[in-house]
Amino acid sequence: MSEIISHSAVAPATPSAPIAQPSAQSALGRIGSYGLWIGLAAILLTAPLVFRSGTALTVMSLMGIMIIFALSYNMLLGQTGMLSFGHAVYFGLGAYFTIHAMNAVIDSKLAIPVVVMPLIGGVAGLVFAMLFGWVSTKRSGTAFSMISLGLAELVGSSSLILRSFFGGEEGVSTNRAKLLRIFDWNFGPQVQVYYLIAGWCLLCIVLMYALTRTPFGRMCNAVRDNAERTQFVGYNPRVVRYIAFSLAGLFAGIAGGLATINFELANAALFGATQSGNVLLATYIGGAGFFFGPILGAVLVTFLQNMLSDVTEVWQLYFGLMFIATVMYAPGGLAGLIMMHRPLWRAGAIAKLLPGYLLMIVPAALVAVGAILLIEMITHLSVKAAEGPVMKMAGITFNAAGVPAWSLCIGTLAAGVLIWRFASGVAARGWDDARAVAREKGLTV
Amino acid sequence: MTATTSAAPMSAATTDRTAVANAVPPALEIRGLKKNFGPAEIIRGVDLSVARGERHAVIGPNGAGKSTLFNLISGLIVPTSGDIRLHGESVNGKPAYQINRRGLSRSFQVTNIFANMSVWENVRCAVLWPRGGRYAFWRGVDNNADVAARTHQVLTEINLLSRKDIPAGVLTYAEQRALEIGITMAGGADVILLDEPTAGMSKAETERAVELIRRISEGRTLLIVEHDMSVVFGLADRISVLVYGEIIASGTPTEIRNSAKVKEAYLGEEAH
Amino acid sequence: MAELVLISTLNGVLFGLLLFLMASGLTLIFSMMGVLNFAHASFYMLGAFVGYQIARWAGFWPALILAPIVVGLAGAAVERFGLRNVHKNGHVAELLFTFGLAFVIEEVVQIVWGKSPVDFRVPTLLDFPAFTIFSTNYPAYKLFMLAISIAIFVALFAMLTRTRIGLIVQAALTHPHMVAHLGHNVPLIFMSVFGVGAALAGIAGVIAGPALVTQASMAALLGPILFVVVVVGGLGSLQGALAASLLIGLLQTFAVSMNLSLSDIFVNSGFSPNPKSVLGDLWRVTIAQIAPVLPYMLLVLVLIFKPTGLFGNRET
Repeated sequence: MSEIISHSAVAPATPSAPIAQPSAQSALGRIGSYGLWIGLAAILLTAPLVFRSGTALTVMSLMGIMIIFALSYNMLLGQTGMLSFGHAVYFGLGAYFTIHAMNAVIDSKLAIPVVVMPLIGGVAGLVFAMLFGWVSTKRSGTAFSMISLGLAELVGSSSLILRSFFGGEEGVSTNRAKLLRIFDWNFGPQVQVYYLIAGWCLLCIVLMYALTRTPFGRMCNAVRDNAERTQFVGYNPRVVRYIAFSLAGLFAGIAGGLATINFELANAALFGATQSGNVLLATYIGGAGFFFGPILGAVLVTFLQNMLSDVTEVWQLYFGLMFIATVMYAPGGLAGLIMMHRPLWRAGAIAKLLPGYLLMIVPAALVAVGAILLIEMITHLSVKAAEGPVMKMAGITFNAAGVPAWSLCIGTLAAGVLIWRFASGVAARGWDDARAVAREKGLTV
Repeated sequence: MTATTSAAPMSAATTDRTAVANAVPPALEIRGLKKNFGPAEIIRGVDLSVARGERHAVIGPNGAGKSTLFNLISGLIVPTSGDIRLHGESVNGKPAYQINRRGLSRSFQVTNIFANMSVWENVRCAVLWPRGGRYAFWRGVDNNADVAARTHQVLTEINLLSRKDIPAGVLTYAEQRALEIGITMAGGADVILLDEPTAGMSKAETERAVELIRRISEGRTLLIVEHDMSVVFGLADRISVLVYGEIIASGTPTEIRNSAKVKEAYLGEEAH
Repeated sequence: MAELVLISTLNGVLFGLLLFLMASGLTLIFSMMGVLNFAHASFYMLGAFVGYQIARWAGFWPALILAPIVVGLAGAAVERFGLRNVHKNGHVAELLFTFGLAFVIEEVVQIVWGKSPVDFRVPTLLDFPAFTIFSTNYPAYKLFMLAISIAIFVALFAMLTRTRIGLIVQAALTHPHMVAHLGHNVPLIFMSVFGVGAALAGIAGVIAGPALVTQASMAALLGPILFVVVVVGGLGSLQGALAASLLIGLLQTFAVSMNLSLSDIFVNSGFSPNPKSVLGDLWRVTIAQIAPVLPYMLLVLVLIFKPTGLFGNRET
């Protein structure tokens, strides 16, 4: 390690040759990323052909909105290290300004198509983020988080006072089909709305990715890692935070605008604490450390929200537990878990992991089944006490207050935990072996 | 002690702007600097002048206020009273980033890098501002050849080019210290403050670090805090001795070595 | 008018002291561990529900003693088995963990006690008007709450100034970095501080439960105000927390009792904006109606003029 500085005594290598390296690398990367964007566009384009049902279209539309929203949130959390508890404010205000603009366009019969309306939401999000950001980015860290929460409450409470703008409890509604048609599309049918959302989604993903590759985007990461030091390379971390906050508001506003087009309604729930919490959950579960993490999170969380809420009443509890588990055991989220395996994959050592991972499925399934059974039985006994102790799960009817059900539940959990201990040992050995191979090939440190 | 500082009182005495401009002001000039933390006086009236191109070391026992002095000069904390001038212009109470933009850059005693970013990115962050990167969010950063060339040059100088793609947080200690210096000098500041650059290094590592410092400070003004006396006397053109928030002596290494005052207050206790 | 001022002051001080019961625990935990416990208001809610449950089984007085202990133990367990494992991932991870915890506690409370308010009653021993000012009967239970809050405030003050552990805590308040040098029992200290903080919130919950509404949304309703208190007071400052608690307590209580709007004040101005416009909303809204917004307005004002909070000197 001591040769690190020693070499510097030698005359510096001619700069020309090595400089070609990064630029060649980025050229290669650029071709790769173009392929990635084209692939993404293809997925967005063909998804409605694969998943044709009305529910699927609705869920995919929601996913598209959530992807933009989560990525905008990650400009704060993952890129700049700002944990906001009030990002839904800009989403909600974007939605309201969009819906009022839509109604104004309808009333005045202006020749403006619905496609451009999310821009209004974006501008509203930007303007309010610039306004509130000026106050909240004065502080960083925990104080910033608390301020974001306070501002969210401020806007939430104000919405109940300014009823003429926010429409009170019932909100404001619109009819998206009444705006200017484009060819024969009036964006009434869900599939047309899906394509509208998908188009905006692709555009926003590309733009937000591009932002990470600018001087500002790089300094966001620097502020996240070490705000103090950025001051000593000429940057004011507060300005970096402020710009990040403003631009995150812009994209959140666009997402809100799309939401309002999708629902044809804007109400106070759009900027409620639940909405702010959702985007945090989606972003973190997907993985804040990588650009694509929030995309995974948005897709997964939206899917689960729509599926789980049909299956169980306490789906939010599962969500909370999933989130806590992520914070405790996989702080990098899904994206972090995936990227952890990349060097092993490149080293061709991924097969070494398989036995352990396959073995882990058994205890994981047992623990999950046991825990779900436990939660559902308790829920049934307390929330639905009036219906008596007999309940039905996965087509099986049983007595939730009976000894057999509880023995099965506790037995499954216990067996799961026991096997977990054994299986995790096998998995850990496989992991170490695979790492060793990757390390030999110089693919990891 | 008087040779280089003689210009200072002169420019202070005359308020005539042209006179000040004609007499090249020192790179760094500190007058009557004081800093209190509550009732505790940490810096008790420091006067210091560092000429352009000079390598100036500040030594002193632990708790003398050396790091506080650096924090004051670099704008991390605001002085209670006194004046700090960079190239003749007051930077007193200015935020750190503005002082940095005026050409003063510093390193930290405790390694202070961007741990989750690659070594390349670490150095590039320090290159961006002076090369016009600013807060631009409308143009790319990867295709900026000027920035890339300078980053490459700095990495070559601190010999971390081969490690450029790994996260800075996993570098060895000596590598991180080298990166710390690299970030400090990358922006091209002409006044460099190094806070104990060789702290915690082995003898061999220290020698290489000194070689690096000597080379990068070529043609620049250097103010360095260091505990290792061999480093100080080998590197510095002039030395100031800070004891309990006051500079008790300032002069060439020979003068300092022979100063009875210094021996009594500082070197004496270390000499045993 | 005098009646209004007197009653509002009493209620305001009471609400402020309740806030301080929670804010003090929150501040202690933050100062010692660097964690802002997002789930702190959830412990307050747990205190109310556990108190309600124990009160149903064994009466109010056992509940008053037992519920805070139960909540304190729950808090200690959260630190021991949750937070401690997250600590290595930094403060953001810790804050997120407590955020998730708040989410889960609310769900669990809903599962166990349902979504609608539970019938947590004032004990019969205290269910009488303590005194009558002009025409208002002031309930004895509120006086009791006031007494408990003051007693705990005094006890906390005595503990901080008179005991060894109190001195350590005080040192941690002013020099957060020295906590790391406390010695070998740091984990135990952390667990105790977290437990005690949770128990303080639990006490607030038990005594507030019968007076306010005990329901699953009570954490979400009070939590944001609590965080406003600690930011306005200055993160990590106990004096600040006390001042901000009382300030917000009085501010809200007084605002609620004022049915005044701009249209009342400028009744003779002849100005009358369209009631269907934003201006019309603002013109007619009463001070009582904006009471819920006031703490957040105060937050914004304080941030503009003193970003570190009233008594704060910490940047983060």
